[in-house]
Amino acid sequence: MRESRFVSMTLVAPALFLVAGLFLWPLGKSLIGAFLIEPDGEVAARIGLDNFIKAFSLYGQDVLFTVGIVTTATLLVGLISVGIGGYITLCGRPVMVAALKWLYRWPLFIPFVVVGQMMRTFLAKNGFMNNSFEAMGLIDGFTASGYLDWRGIIIAFVWKQTAFAALLVSGAMAALDRSTIEAGRDLGASPWRILGQIIVPQIKTTLMVSLILSFVTMLSVLSVPMMIGTGTPTMMTVDMAWRINGYSDYGVANALGFISMAMAGTVAWIYLKQAVKEGGQN
Amino acid sequence: MRLSIKNLPHILLIALFAWVIFGPLLNMLIWAFTESWFFPAKLPTVWGFKYWERVFRPQAGAIDSLVTSVHIAAWTVVVSLLVAIPAGYALARRSLPVRTLIMLTFLIPQAFPSVAVFINIGRIFYDIGLNGTIFGVVMVHSVQGLVYAVWISTAAFSAVDRDLELAARDLGSSPLQSFRTVSLPIAAPGIMASAIFVFLNSLDEFTGTFFVGVPDITTLPLMMYTASMEGNYQIASITALFLLIPSVGFMLVVERFLKSNVVSKIGV
Repeated sequence: MRESRFVSMTLVAPALFLVAGLFLWPLGKSLIGAFLIEPDGEVAARIGLDNFIKAFSLYGQDVLFTVGIVTTATLLVGLISVGIGGYITLCGRPVMVAALKWLYRWPLFIPFVVVGQMMRTFLAKNGFMNNSFEAMGLIDGFTASGYLDWRGIIIAFVWKQTAFAALLVSGAMAALDRSTIEAGRDLGASPWRILGQIIVPQIKTTLMVSLILSFVTMLSVLSVPMMIGTGTPTMMTVDMAWRINGYSDYGVANALGFISMAMAGTVAWIYLKQAVKEGGQN
Repeated sequence: MRLSIKNLPHILLIALFAWVIFGPLLNMLIWAFTESWFFPAKLPTVWGFKYWERVFRPQAGAIDSLVTSVHIAAWTVVVSLLVAIPAGYALARRSLPVRTLIMLTFLIPQAFPSVAVFINIGRIFYDIGLNGTIFGVVMVHSVQGLVYAVWISTAAFSAVDRDLELAARDLGSSPLQSFRTVSLPIAAPGIMASAIFVFLNSLDEFTGTFFVGVPDITTLPLMMYTASMEGNYQIASITALFLLIPSVGFMLVVERFLKSNVVSKIGV
């Protein structure tokens, strides 16, 4: 038995070694680097909060901006993916359901950098979106404005990330025992009520996991804010790239990295706390 | 389904959704074939292939970036599968302490905000001379792709009928022989699917290459980004199309590679 375990661990070891060496080690370096003040001439290296103070004084507004954008985009992803899943589960019009199923998956494998380029032209002042609105008589082309700011970043994030969340959410909805839904229908509940009070509570775990993963993904995207969010304020990933490429300032970049890890950690912690609380009740 | 007043709201809703999904894609497609387009024209005034010829000129660098990208993605698949196939087999078939923890370890690179990590990999690589090398970028892409490689190959090996492996052992094959002649061929379609995931993930990767590959390695996404920031929308859109075709193509056929008996075991 002991020998067999040794063989098993040997088979897994190279893969684990790769993650340890190329992710966990640099991750540790980054977390420590956030508190490390690098030697400057005569002054030796030391531990302190200087990097964080500098990060907040330079980029405090960007930190808030990032929280706002990623939170808004996550909420929208949640709402739309529940809407898509609900429509697929409850609509009962096979042609419409098939069309929606075929449509919503398209952005799934389209990389963020391509989404950035698409939205850069689509959302521009004279892009396809404003042109369509103008053709429908909704706006006037000469006074129209573009969306290449925080709104553009949110639109790009939601466009791309909803496909992933909707895939998981509609999968969970399809696996539900349909008898509870039929019971609700028999009692005369509206589709909205069935969705909100019967379906969503049963797929809450899947929904939360997909939203947390979406939150972290959007927090880490560099290309979209660089391509769409021109001007200030901007997202923290852009500031981190700038600290490295412009100043080789690893301290502030790592402090910003620590702050984004803390945000991701907070979201995961809120979820786990909620899950434990509900686990205790059942 | 009949076209009636009752169905009209549904048809409008799906049409709106189709516009949201295909509007940006269509806009990109138009830019790829635009020769000149000035406000207030709603559509390009001159259409054509002028910029395609410009992209494919040897000195434009697009062919070089394409070759670099495919080269990196192919090596990433080799590295990922070399470590993922033994790991996947062990996770599916053998008793392992802290198995769940090991599975979750492979998710970490996709579940943490990664920019700070890439920055520090870049610094480590700079110290040991791996910055701006193909090998360095391949290693970074492999770690990102490992979650697909390990999780899907674990699921593929789990879906292999255990009795077939036992039958091979009863007939006198060694563990390695039964793995090579029974388990591996049956799990092959699933492993193939994981290889495609890893390949596409590497082909599309931007952030890691941005910090580890520059200035010497220019992959297609980096070339597209540079063209876009310089305002060359035609060049950027044509490059983007090249990134889109394999991704969308795979999405449309993924179900042929990933059978539901394998999908239901992913992450378990």
